Amino acid sequence: MTVAIEEPRTTSGSSGRLLSGLTTDSSVGLARHHEVWGPLPGLRATALIDEIESAGLLGRGGAGFPVARKLSAVAAGKGPAVVVANGCEGEPASAKDTMLLARVPHLVLDGIQLAARAVGADRAYLAVHSGSSAIPYLRAALAERGREAVGVTLGPLPRRYVASEESAIVSWLNGGDALPAYTPPRPFERGVNRRPTLISNVESLAQLATIARYGAEWYRGIGDRWEPGTMLVTVSGHRVDGRSVERRVAEVATGTTIGRIFTAAGLSLRGSDAVLVGGYFGSWLPAAQAARLPLTHAALRGAGAALGAGVLVALPPGSCGIAETARVASYLAANSARQCGPCLNGLPAIAGAMNALAAGAWDDRTWPALSRWLDVVPGRGACRHPDGAVRLVASALSTFAADVERHRDGQPCDGITAVPFLPVPR
Amino acid sequence: MKVELNPILCTAHGLCADLLPERIALDEWGYPILEPGELPDDVVAHARRAARACPTRALVLSRG
Repeated sequence: MTVAIEEPRTTSGSSGRLLSGLTTDSSVGLARHHEVWGPLPGLRATALIDEIESAGLLGRGGAGFPVARKLSAVAAGKGPAVVVANGCEGEPASAKDTMLLARVPHLVLDGIQLAARAVGADRAYLAVHSGSSAIPYLRAALAERGREAVGVTLGPLPRRYVASEESAIVSWLNGGDALPAYTPPRPFERGVNRRPTLISNVESLAQLATIARYGAEWYRGIGDRWEPGTMLVTVSGHRVDGRSVERRVAEVATGTTIGRIFTAAGLSLRGSDAVLVGGYFGSWLPAAQAARLPLTHAALRGAGAALGAGVLVALPPGSCGIAETARVASYLAANSARQCGPCLNGLPAIAGAMNALAAGAWDDRTWPALSRWLDVVPGRGACRHPDGAVRLVASALSTFAADVERHRDGQPCDGITAVPFLPVPR
Repeated sequence: MKVELNPILCTAHGLCADLLPERIALDEWGYPILEPGELPDDVVAHARRAARACPTRALVLSRG
């Protein structure tokens, strides 16, 4: 199997919007950007927020919160505001934000200028993880644009899963540690430098920049009726010819079924037992069920999953879902902010039990203990890190229930010797 | 009245579970598990004592 690569795809000519300026492997420069999208539109603040509201744009960082509502809340705050574009992409199985920033940086930078205008901000930050491969492209794009209405500071954050959590970013930009807070002041009231702060995912801002140009009606012309537009997804799985496992970023119309998304990305679900939907805080679903599900928050919630930031990972044939989940559980345990007892103690315990299960090294006490931990750990941390980890593990135990039986009987599958598949940063 | 816990401040002293056993149990690492919801009137005094005894001020009483 080969190492994953990121190759952008659009499902069809008509649904490729954000990525429509891409012609080659390189980044879209300012001249090409203007050719495709034209200059920054001159919409005023209230008209812009109204247009985003009518478009029904939902945030693309994971929670799917209506973007217009956030804009209005920040705009209503006291004094000049701050815009923080979140491009940290803490999720290891996601590549769409980094791809967008590297390949279509000007659409995101347009979105930052427009959002700043909408909320009355006079400064903006673009938060990415230190070492992000997008940084050189962003520096070049910022240099190309020269001086703008609102200055944008590129801020590399520590490379840690929880550092991209909203309160952690605000704390870091205020000179503190990039750690989540328990009851932070709400950022839209008092965030960076105690100012009203808009924190928005970079894809949300790029989408905003397209709506500002073409309007709500255009935006709603594609995708699901209630959650319209296109969205970027990161799809991992084996190629149709089965020769390698790859990771691709695709732009798809919302409401497209997961099965069609894999096909459009040139990947296959054939032979896969399960699909991890929503990333490392997401859920494993049986592949046959996942294939039929349309990509919307509502449909995935109905199936007990969550769309998150649009991560879809098909378990390769021959891999063991329990072993893969155990590795990710260990990674999540190691990436606790180490602030709250239930997370600090509970996640390593859960990961340990999953690793024992994967190896078939199991005794009678492990199962009741694991069930108890999955029950008591969620909902007791300052952030959602432990909740997400528990959700992932619980979904693995249910989706791979038949495998769990065999592993518990001391007969782990051959898959535990397969090449590790889900990416786990060191 | 409700009891609320700041999980970042809590360092598992466990006094709260001694003083408010009606609403608080400890997990196996010594961290409190709070029963959610409004406190019945007859345990409010115990809850207040538990909050005052908390060495890290992690446990607080809150209205509503």
